[in-house]
Amino acid sequence: MERIPILRTSEFLLVTIQVDMHDRLAMTLQEDLTDQIVRHHSRGVLIDISTLEVVDSFIGRMIGNIAAMSRVLDAETVVVGMRPAVAITLVELGLSLPGVRTALNVDKGMDLLRRSLHGTPNGGS
Amino acid sequence: MTTTASQLPDILKRHDGPILKDWVKEQLSVSRPEVTSESTLRQQSQRFLGLLRDAVQSGDLGDITGPAWTGVREMLDELSHARAATGSTPSETATFVLSLKQPLFARLRQEVGRDADTLADEIWRVSLLLDKLGLYTTEVYLKGREELIRRQQHEMLELSTPVVQLWDGVLALPLIGTLDSARTQIVMENLLHRIVETGAAIAIIDITGVPTVDTLVAQHLLKTVAAARLMGADCIISGIRPQIAQTIVHLGVELSNVVTKATLADAFTIALQRTGATIGKGAGR
Repeated sequence: MERIPILRTSEFLLVTIQVDMHDRLAMTLQEDLTDQIVRHHSRGVLIDISTLEVVDSFIGRMIGNIAAMSRVLDAETVVVGMRPAVAITLVELGLSLPGVRTALNVDKGMDLLRRSLHGTPNGGS
Repeated sequence: MTTTASQLPDILKRHDGPILKDWVKEQLSVSRPEVTSESTLRQQSQRFLGLLRDAVQSGDLGDITGPAWTGVREMLDELSHARAATGSTPSETATFVLSLKQPLFARLRQEVGRDADTLADEIWRVSLLLDKLGLYTTEVYLKGREELIRRQQHEMLELSTPVVQLWDGVLALPLIGTLDSARTQIVMENLLHRIVETGAAIAIIDITGVPTVDTLVAQHLLKTVAAARLMGADCIISGIRPQIAQTIVHLGVELSNVVTKATLADAFTIALQRTGATIGKGAGR
């Protein structure tokens, strides 16, 4: 079955969504990711959606859910690389993903996670 | 009612000169000389009469959309645009056509005076025709105006949404004029694309030039802020005037999730602090 790979760096998990996200795939990702967070005691998750071109309300909600689940498992989630068109669509759908942290690209997302985990000014969880 | 029975083509042919003279006199009595000069008026009238004569001879009196009326329609298009440009009102332009009624009716009465039924028929037909032509001028006038408005709107949209870079990683979006849905869309797209291009982490939306903020405008602003946040950029709204602050609170608009500042300078200072840059008056800093 098709899966979205979850890469593990030293402290974070990196999910790069490079295929068209359909509902089934999103559900699988949700399960895999929560499993991995628990297994590796990860404190941060980066979701890179820079190649995602189409979103609907389901995918939007799924991203929000994944972030909420990670938070429950004490891992910060940062969504990075959202395209302008996707951002506009999500806002128009009324899904402004409150509680999800965002960054422009993986680099900045990584910075953000490090800052919040190592207790520097932006003070995280 | 058969159109072939009409004597209008015949009358137009034979009484060309007198009709023109009467018509021009009629128009001069109602028109403002500062808008259209007598010579232009005479020239236009003559041309129109000529085209009308050709049209009624070859075509149907009832339908001015037919090919026989192309000449007349083109002339009216041109006339309508020219008049609109010189500042005539639509009714003045329509009067150009409608004032032809009186001289034509006078001629018709001369020609078929004794037969009341025929006269009524003829007058009805001519009246109907001229009304249609008169309405046509108004329509063209309005179309011209609408096109003008559309073009200006378009130009305004292009003019009014610059996104400027203030500092490395700091963008500013000085908004001027009322925000409606169409503009918000463009503003949002511009801003988001610039965020991607410049990799900016902070965007300052300055609303000093926005005259009024109602719930709709506030909602549009919040949407823009939310979209920018999704892209990973924080927004600061600045340039909130005292009255606008009062309005926002009275309307119950929730702006607490957004950083707001009174002036662009304050917002810029905050933006610099967040990006880690410092700026000061002393040379040593």
